[in-house]
Amino acid sequence: MVNGIIGKKIGMTQIFKEDGVVVPVTVIKAGPCVVVQRKTVAKDGYDAVQLGLVEFVSPKKVTKPMMGHFKKHGDVAPTRLLREVRLEGKSEELKVGDKILVDLFKPADLVDVVGTSRGRGFAGFVKRHHFRGGAATHGSMFHRAPGSIGASAFPSRVLKGMKAAGHMGTERVTARNLQVVQVDVENHLLLVRGAVPGHPGTVVMIRRCKRR
Amino acid sequence: MSVHPLLEKVRKAQLRADLPSFKPGDTVRVHVKIKEGDKERIQVFEGTVIARNRRVNQSTFVVRKLSFGTGVERIFPLHSPVIEKIEVMKSTQVRRSKLYYLRQLKGKAARLREDRFAEAEAVSTEN
Repeated sequence: MVNGIIGKKIGMTQIFKEDGVVVPVTVIKAGPCVVVQRKTVAKDGYDAVQLGLVEFVSPKKVTKPMMGHFKKHGDVAPTRLLREVRLEGKSEELKVGDKILVDLFKPADLVDVVGTSRGRGFAGFVKRHHFRGGAATHGSMFHRAPGSIGASAFPSRVLKGMKAAGHMGTERVTARNLQVVQVDVENHLLLVRGAVPGHPGTVVMIRRCKRR
Repeated sequence: MSVHPLLEKVRKAQLRADLPSFKPGDTVRVHVKIKEGDKERIQVFEGTVIARNRRVNQSTFVVRKLSFGTGVERIFPLHSPVIEKIEVMKSTQVRRSKLYYLRQLKGKAARLREDRFAEAEAVSTEN
């Protein structure tokens, strides 16, 4: 079995368990995916599949090189998004063109969700590194500044790697060990407990958890 | 912001259709399922609805009652499976949607005017 699937974050809501406990969930539209390329130890040095997220793609938008890629490994309809998933077991009977659906996950499974975090732009110390900042009032003249960033005469420079203000977000983030709450194969929906990186609409990769 | 149709679907799937319509000022009896070990029993919480928060599947309502002279309020998630049923006992005429002012009042001052037309007006307070 493949251990991952491509999805798109849709948004958050809450779900009632039978005992009335409310569970916060993120709704992800996961798949359907199709195997575009099969990588093997013999040919590529490792075992993997390249998955494509099945959705409508205008043939005009597909470049010739990409069209060639889709044709080369087996004639599958072009997809916009491609992601690679490693295969663990050796006796994998996966072929190009195989469909991968959300039913590879069951409720109570643990998954990792990899996505791109929301962009925060140029962020200050407090937001970016959780510095505490100073008091807002009572005559405080120290609000959201970093404080000391080093000594004086020695070393006469700022040490490399000092935490500073700067660009934050829009980077790869993995939310580990999220519990699958519900699987809706019909609508290709996956409901996982808790938050997932990125805006609604972000492309995420859902895979079986790597470690607990 | 518009809601994604699939998210709407997930939210709507949570809704219960078996609940009566009620509004702030109504006196209701909320039958709550309580689990003790492996036995299940029903507890009734009777009081005045002082607020309703409408958030599709996250809707809640607040019921206030006096218990041995002390005001007790419970916030119920409207679509929770824990609620066995809701009985509307009485309707009153109120002029605002949140009756938080009742917290400051007690005795005679905390009375609400009965709504005589409650039966006639078949207004649906569902979403």
